[in-house]
Amino acid sequence: MIMKRLLLSAAALALSAGMAQAQYSDNKVKIGVLTDLSGTYSDLAGQGSVEAAKMAVEDFGGKVNGTPIEVVSADHQNKADIASSIGRKWYENEGVDAIFDLVTTAAAVAVREVSREKGKIDINSGAASTVLTNAQCSATGFHWTYDTYALAVGTGTAVVKQGGDTWFFLTADYAFGQSLQAQTERVVKANGGKILGAVKHPFPNSDFSSFLLQAQGSGAKIIGLANAGSDTINAIKQAKEFGITQSGQKLAGLLVFISDVHSLGLDTAQGMQLTTGFYWDMDDGTRAFAKKFGARMNGKMPTMVQAGVYSSVTHYLKAVQAAKTDEGIKVADKMRELPIADFFAKNGKIRADGRMVHDMYLAEVKKPSESKGPWDYYKIVRTIPGDEAYQPLAESTCALVKK
Amino acid sequence: MMTFFGIPTQALFGQLLLGLINGAFYAMLSLGLALIFGLLNIVNFSHGALYMMGAMVAWLLLNVLGLGYWPALIVAPIVVAIFGMIIERTMLSRLYKLDHLYGLLLTFGLALIIEGAFRQLYGISGMPYSVPKELAGGWNLGFMFLPIYRGWVVGASLVLCLGSWLLIEKTKLGAYLRAATENATLVQAFGINVPMMVTLTYGFGVALAAIAGVLAAPIYSVNPLMGSNLIIVVFAVVVIGGMGSILGAVITGFMLGLVEGLTKVFYPEAASTVIFVVMAIVLMIKPAGLFGKRS
Repeated sequence: MIMKRLLLSAAALALSAGMAQAQYSDNKVKIGVLTDLSGTYSDLAGQGSVEAAKMAVEDFGGKVNGTPIEVVSADHQNKADIASSIGRKWYENEGVDAIFDLVTTAAAVAVREVSREKGKIDINSGAASTVLTNAQCSATGFHWTYDTYALAVGTGTAVVKQGGDTWFFLTADYAFGQSLQAQTERVVKANGGKILGAVKHPFPNSDFSSFLLQAQGSGAKIIGLANAGSDTINAIKQAKEFGITQSGQKLAGLLVFISDVHSLGLDTAQGMQLTTGFYWDMDDGTRAFAKKFGARMNGKMPTMVQAGVYSSVTHYLKAVQAAKTDEGIKVADKMRELPIADFFAKNGKIRADGRMVHDMYLAEVKKPSESKGPWDYYKIVRTIPGDEAYQPLAESTCALVKK
Repeated sequence: MMTFFGIPTQALFGQLLLGLINGAFYAMLSLGLALIFGLLNIVNFSHGALYMMGAMVAWLLLNVLGLGYWPALIVAPIVVAIFGMIIERTMLSRLYKLDHLYGLLLTFGLALIIEGAFRQLYGISGMPYSVPKELAGGWNLGFMFLPIYRGWVVGASLVLCLGSWLLIEKTKLGAYLRAATENATLVQAFGINVPMMVTLTYGFGVALAAIAGVLAAPIYSVNPLMGSNLIIVVFAVVVIGGMGSILGAVITGFMLGLVEGLTKVFYPEAASTVIFVVMAIVLMIKPAGLFGKRS
């Protein structure tokens, strides 16, 4: 009897010791999804990103080492000032431990500064610019899904190798467009191609006919679209209208999401090549996620950004569990230590500059006759190994990279 | 090849033609705005949202009822006009005696609500709407490839603008309208139902916006923000033409389309600003606008 009681109390002691080891602020692990819930990027990120984060938490069991996980979300309206003030409020007053998605580079950089100052984690899925893993890198900041470098390498290389060696760019006249153009130019030239010209269009812009005519006049084989969202959609649509695609010039959409293809329709988008970090119909794992996602999002399939949010939330929670704390630096170290293997990234790893390196895919949009049903849009043409897709660590200007 | 300031003349012709096409949209929208401002004294900020509704209704007609482009060109403006007239009767009619600002605030709020509702329902990326097969393809004009559909838009817009102008300037109905603008009480004393006329005028202005929306659907993707991208430019057009001047709105619409087209050739970065530069210059020289009368 005494023996039994002793054993019990020993067990209880061990249990309480185990409990005491895990340190979670406010007895809660709180994650924030800060994204564009109403503007240009709300279809490719937006509510879908919030749902993806919630799904990741549910699939994780809703608790880390017995501590409940809570998800909050907010709309940064693609504005840097709003993003940074929400980020600050979340970290200071509402006990948020990590912020996810952060589409739009300006908003991403604004939150990155707050996160660095507070020693909190931010994991970016939506923004494109490589600045996040170079000048603006941070010990607690990560870039998950894709970046302009990977897009340029993926699409640029493939197009030049297929004979598209003369380029003309239509570029959205702001930081993202310019950096995408510059990085693609580099890839095109490195592969022996030539740049015949470029035109910077206002952002956002609805009528591209004039710019397309200039591109047509240049005689370039490839018209590179260094823009995103509705700008890309309108440019592609109007290129078809003006007979540009039919006359032999090809379009290269440098940043195209599956939501854009859905909006264009296969009839217009067919044959276009693009680089993506994720496609829902690749294997059983991606299909299972997409099916569950679709059930919650009116049948929409996840974009790479939304799938990336799921993957990054899951990895964060694993690190929080393994580190037994939600303290930023310790969790960040654990995140770098643990490998990433899920439906999104089969062999992902996180580098010193915060870049999550994983395979990217070169996809071609199917012809209407090849598509078997709704959202059956891509053929995966090539898997681009992560180390080839992303900027080599040696080239990074991030201060955390030991040279 | 002949050149003009370093630009081949062929390319220049192409750009001018494109400017004319954009001008057609500006003209149709600013015509409706000028009409509404002339008679109702309302700065109709919801005009862009109603233009978007025209395109949206066309898309819904196709995807829900299976009605194609041609029926939509008639049905969508009627549906949107009825919606507009309900707004005029229930809300705007209470504001006529108040300062312009109230009408502006109300219509701006309505625009946000209408756009928000469609954004909630259909997302932001937009939906595809195909060019009707009768107008698919294009003509090779030598200096450029002109899609038949764009040619149709310019033609349709010219006919609509000219028709509206004739209606207002040359018919008895138009005479009543213009008289009511000058002195509503007096016209009413002659036994003319002025409130009814005001409602119908608002409906007509709104219908013009909706037709422009249907015409735009195959060119741009049908998306909830398509109106707000355009409305600010259209307001500048109305201001340059002279508030309330119908002919001024139409001519300025086409003219600014051309100016914008030229800017896209010579200095593309300024394409979205050039209209406002023109506006500033015009307001400095002729504060009432190019065709406006000093009141």
